[in-house]
Amino acid sequence: MYEFEFVKPATVGEAVAALAEEDAQALGGGQTLIPTLKQRLAMPSRLVSLSGITEMQGISDSGGVLTIGGAATHAAVAAGAASYPALAELASHIGDPAVRNRGTIGGSLANNDPAACYPAAALGSGATIVTNSREIEADDYFQGLFETALEEGEIITAVRFPVPEKANYQKFVQPASRFALVGVFVARFADGVRVAVTGASEEGVFRWREAEAALSANFAPDALDGLSVDAEGMIADLHGSKEYRAHLVAVMTKRAVAAAG
Amino acid sequence: MPKDNDSGIGASPKRREDVRFLTGAGNYTDDINVHGQAYVHFLRADVAHATINSIDTSAAEAMPGVVKIFTGADFAEVGGIPCGWGVTDRHGNPQQEPRHPIIADGTIRHVGEIVAAVVADTVEQARDAAEAIELDLTDKPVVVDMAAALAEDSAKVHEDLSSNLCYDWVFGNDDDDAVQAAFDAAAHVTTLELVNNRLVANPMEPRVAIGEYSRGTDEYTLHTTSQNPHVIRLLMCAFVLGLPEHKVRVVAPDVGGGFGSKIFHYAEEAFCTHAAKACGRPVKWTSTRSEAFISDAHGRDHVTKIELALDSNNNFTALRTNTMANMGAYLSTFATSVPSYLHGTLMAGNYKTPVVQVNVKTVFTNTVPVDAYRGAGRPEATFQLERVIDKAARELGVDPIALRRQNFITEFPYETPVALTYDTGDYTATMDKLEEIADVAGFAARRAESEKKGKLRGLGVNCYIEACGIAPSNIVGMLGARAGLYDAATVRVNATGTISVFVGAHSHGQGHETSFPQVVADMIGIDESMVDIVHGDTGRVPFGMGTYGSRSIAVCGSAMVRATEKIIAKAKKIAAHLLEASDADIELKDGQFTVAGTDKSVAWGDVTLTAYVPHNYPLEELEPGLEETAFYDPANFTYPSGAYACEVEVDPDTGKVTIERFSAADDFGNIINPMIVDGQVHGGLGQGIGQALLENAAYDEDGQLLSASFMDYAMPRADDVPFYQVDHSCQTPCTHNPLGVKGCGEAGAIGSPPAVVNAVVDALQSAGKNVTHIDMPLSPARVWAAMNG
Repeated sequence: MYEFEFVKPATVGEAVAALAEEDAQALGGGQTLIPTLKQRLAMPSRLVSLSGITEMQGISDSGGVLTIGGAATHAAVAAGAASYPALAELASHIGDPAVRNRGTIGGSLANNDPAACYPAAALGSGATIVTNSREIEADDYFQGLFETALEEGEIITAVRFPVPEKANYQKFVQPASRFALVGVFVARFADGVRVAVTGASEEGVFRWREAEAALSANFAPDALDGLSVDAEGMIADLHGSKEYRAHLVAVMTKRAVAAAG
Repeated sequence: MPKDNDSGIGASPKRREDVRFLTGAGNYTDDINVHGQAYVHFLRADVAHATINSIDTSAAEAMPGVVKIFTGADFAEVGGIPCGWGVTDRHGNPQQEPRHPIIADGTIRHVGEIVAAVVADTVEQARDAAEAIELDLTDKPVVVDMAAALAEDSAKVHEDLSSNLCYDWVFGNDDDDAVQAAFDAAAHVTTLELVNNRLVANPMEPRVAIGEYSRGTDEYTLHTTSQNPHVIRLLMCAFVLGLPEHKVRVVAPDVGGGFGSKIFHYAEEAFCTHAAKACGRPVKWTSTRSEAFISDAHGRDHVTKIELALDSNNNFTALRTNTMANMGAYLSTFATSVPSYLHGTLMAGNYKTPVVQVNVKTVFTNTVPVDAYRGAGRPEATFQLERVIDKAARELGVDPIALRRQNFITEFPYETPVALTYDTGDYTATMDKLEEIADVAGFAARRAESEKKGKLRGLGVNCYIEACGIAPSNIVGMLGARAGLYDAATVRVNATGTISVFVGAHSHGQGHETSFPQVVADMIGIDESMVDIVHGDTGRVPFGMGTYGSRSIAVCGSAMVRATEKIIAKAKKIAAHLLEASDADIELKDGQFTVAGTDKSVAWGDVTLTAYVPHNYPLEELEPGLEETAFYDPANFTYPSGAYACEVEVDPDTGKVTIERFSAADDFGNIINPMIVDGQVHGGLGQGIGQALLENAAYDEDGQLLSASFMDYAMPRADDVPFYQVDHSCQTPCTHNPLGVKGCGEAGAIGSPPAVVNAVVDALQSAGKNVTHIDMPLSPARVWAAMNG
């Protein structure tokens, strides 16, 4: 990697200030950024670690809303999100133990890898992304491959998940990376069902509105019979064609509904 | 010292080397740092085919820490990497052998080829400087697909060769008309076209090289991650750098896995050795994992059409294969032997097919060189043969196990139509054992259970045979090998009776440090803790050919036995002198020399001490000391064989294949350490299952490796493989080596891929899918596509 300055602020305010420098880069758990640096594919002048900021840690539950600090690791969510079992389960299957003990929810959402798990949970739950300066609804937050609504230097301090009545995440893993080849998050709320799909689309995580409508009327796997997403716009690569991914979206959605019970 | 029941030949003491490996006390090449060393970073090509118009290193040379920058011009007077095997084609012509430069000399021919080398004080400085090198390239048309490469109008990988064809080879029955007549007379012909997918070996330890040069003595030392340091020294000294061998020491210390990829002499080894003198400093290179993907030799990559002819009684009457084998851009050390003599000679398999014809075209492409990978040719032979037999059984509506049994070779020795003479084997016995441990009889019930869960279940069975114990030097010499393939061992007994055995084999996962002492200790009757082996250092061990081809115990172990026999013979003479008896009357048992029929005896330690303190010693008849060397050249190959069964579940909704059961019944002849053999089989099965389900080195049409990291190259993990049923109680000992051993290192990787594919096809057929073949790896996407194709 290239040389950079490393700072580890104790407050969000200090972090925001540190990120004001040109080419400064926030460092969450580093599970994407550090390999990128090792490959010399990024050249930040300064890395601002967010792992020392106490106010970004922690998981709290209040009034049916689960709030997770932006610097909470996947392992912390897996262990601490008891009131939202589907989310805890999702977190417990991200990467491997090393990844789960370093990687953070804020880092994952800020990166918005098209095959990452958390974007499906956030979009599927209708979560609110809380930053140092504002609150962004999940529907407005995800803007394509590795693209988000975050401004330069903006930090995800917390994520607020409304806890649904029922939810489940089904991940069909890419054999090599074990990222989601297709991952589907289904959540049923009193006012309707949300279905978010990761891994599949060239546009990144997306809501499958047709399935949402069908499941809002009848939350059962059969309700999805005959429904499919358009293969056009799906990712095609070494691990699966557009058609295969489109097929898996339907299969995984059904399984998620069945597992959500 | 009497031995207990946990020692000696046939016992399973735990692997003594694992203590240091598992507690961080191993000494791998990258653990070694030499005073004053500099580091090299190789600038590697990121395009597959281009003319190098110019390389401007001036800015890079001015950068901090840079010691020296090398380009192809610096190696113009140095030899190229040699190919160790010359194959003669069907017309009697030699293979086409392009120059294989250390650093690209004017033309880039594959992504990953070295274009320049920067030696600097630190790795980071070397990388920084490499980024400042300015290349002026002109792209050339890229050749990736083998069939396209063989087209007359194809662009050429090497302009100085007549085409991209390395050789066009025929083996077995070379009379095309006679072979065709056998097919014309057949009652049934089964044809199958298939791909044996390209693989990256990916040993846990990437390659490392450290070159040193002593101005005082004019001696070089190369530490390198090698399976065969003597071979590296010979090739590098004699063909590349032109150095006297006695001035060069090659050391391969602890090596973290090879699987074939560390047999070969690589450019980086010669570079570090050469650069150490040119820079006046030791030069170290440690491969990154990314570099390994594009610079370690790849494996497999065959495209084959196989045809099997059967008579009306379902007897195999003829076999014909046509294979294209990828050589990559240059010939790696043993590249040309793999698709020819390590592949064609195995096409008879376990069957008495009277007519066998093997046709192989080897092809240059703008890809990483391809060479031996665990099994090397034999998996490619086994895969196509056992797949076509399975397809034939399905077409004929007969039981695939019964079809195999009916055609087994049952009398030994058996001379195949493809030049081998199998000395022993009992294929019926291993199949009987397999049916027992795999519970083939219970499969129908298990399939019914799977179907209740909505899963498709399939059973795949196959046999394999391999030629190991490589190899009789005179035979391989006739076939084009440019090396002997004997091995060597020196048994050095110390005055106090402990023993160091210096072996030409190299242990990089095989457990030699445990199993080899078992043999020597057993022969003498002493505790194994009194015996150590020394390996991996040309400065210490006799000239041996190293470890590959499941040869170590069969060839080097035999040399060790011969040397130990010499030790015992001499020790008996010393004992006879001490006991005032004839050496013909001396018996050695449990470390005691006894005069037969008496209670007069002398202990091992007393004899060894006498050898080195020869006060009471027949000096006029016998030299003092107790050290003997033996070189062993095998009379024949060894022929491990076996039968494997795989049971899979296929998820019809996703195409995901899960291996539920895998059983292996092997005949390895006699066995030194059954636990180590189990482990070798387990590892081989893991790699074979990896090939069958997961691994794929895929190139795009521009010659870019699409699976160039573990993000896209799927290695098998613990949860991809089942708990194995492994049995090696069927033992027909090898008839021509002193231990009766055959070798076990590659069997699992050779025998398992067809079992997996046969099982998946069986599963899909059970659901009425007309799927007769799927090319590996059987990824979920491919299986789903086949089901819905």
